[in-house]
Amino acid sequence: MVSAAGAQTSGRTDEIHALLEDVKDPEIPVLSIRNLGIIRDVSFDGDVPEVVITPTYSGCPAMNLIEAQILEVLKRAGYGEARVRTVLSPPWTTDWIDEEGRDKLRAYGIAPPETASTSKLVLFGEAPEVKCPRCASTDTEQVSEFGSTACKALYKCRSCLEPFDYFKCI
Amino acid sequence: MAVAALKNDTLSPDRQVLFDYAVMLGDTALIHGQRLSEWTSHAPTVELDIALGNQALDLIGQARMFLEYAGKVEEAGRDEDALAFLRDGFDFRNLLIVELPNGDFGHTMARQFIMGVYSSLLYEALSASQDDQLAGIAKKAVKEQRYHARHGGEWLVRLGDGTEESHARAQRGLDELWPYTHELFTTDPVESAAAELGFGVDPSGLRAEWDGLVDDVLARAGLSRPEDDWQPDGGKRGEHTENLGYILAELQFLQRAYPGAEW
Repeated sequence: MVSAAGAQTSGRTDEIHALLEDVKDPEIPVLSIRNLGIIRDVSFDGDVPEVVITPTYSGCPAMNLIEAQILEVLKRAGYGEARVRTVLSPPWTTDWIDEEGRDKLRAYGIAPPETASTSKLVLFGEAPEVKCPRCASTDTEQVSEFGSTACKALYKCRSCLEPFDYFKCI
Repeated sequence: MAVAALKNDTLSPDRQVLFDYAVMLGDTALIHGQRLSEWTSHAPTVELDIALGNQALDLIGQARMFLEYAGKVEEAGRDEDALAFLRDGFDFRNLLIVELPNGDFGHTMARQFIMGVYSSLLYEALSASQDDQLAGIAKKAVKEQRYHARHGGEWLVRLGDGTEESHARAQRGLDELWPYTHELFTTDPVESAAAELGFGVDPSGLRAEWDGLVDDVLARAGLSRPEDDWQPDGGKRGEHTENLGYILAELQFLQRAYPGAEW
């Protein structure tokens, strides 16, 4: 049985989750931070909402902006007092990008990460099979492991000859 | 006397070790990241320019987490910026290898590989730290160090197994850096105290695995493992090469000239 207070709390956190849909990844604006999997928790301390997030990469320059955007949407919804806390552990992994996020990435022209990030130091691993987001061909090659942002690698499709970004696994 | 005066007398001995240890890890990442960022707009191709810039950013991010935590442990009002921009060379505890000039691309790839493998092993072990924050930073950083190691290793093989010129340059880089690899595995009193307290890693225990991984890549690259001869150290004690002063002059200039300046 759900107590009235419990239902009220979950109603309030649901509201915060809904508000956070408006916070997008500044580098990939089609993805919300929920799609990206960086919201770890939402709770209330009295009437003050607290949002717990985790960084994607250690040096990700978007984190400060994301924090500011969270505070901004909450303020606009009447939560002038709100907190954002950053936790590092467990570390973010591309496995946390949800299905909707993967579809949005593909539609945006970025190949989503192949699941299952590695947990060991592999110096000469097999290259993942990456599908071209334009023509769906798997005849693709990596041009550079590093791309326009820390989270992306640069690929080229050998079928349609278009270059594209691949959201690499970590 | 002067050194004692710099210490925060209110810290318990255990907290002092935690502070010193976090600073040591943070400084190596910071100086390495700063050095590597010098490649920006100078790398052989635009893809490599981006690759090195990305890796430098990872290192600066890791440094920020370690130094921010050190500041919190110290409770003396210093944040990560104060620790990065307002300490002098003697207070830096980074490994000497990361302050050496970049040399050519072969030299840089040799260092990226050496440090990538070392840091991957170090952070893997540090992930089991009894200090939650150090463990959290390590778990985050290890993922990044693994692809630094892989990128550096692939390039060492490409260069070593490439042309006569690329082979010679990769070998020369390796030869120049090799003496400084020994310091990676020496155990400083701060490291042994941190290991005894359950939150740090004694790096001497990482040597065997590092040797195995390095030997494997050198064999694939057709490069020879340099002889163990001269073994300079001192970075962990704050005794640096002259190179550190030049790095700090560039790194710290703005905050020294315009204290408190913000973007």
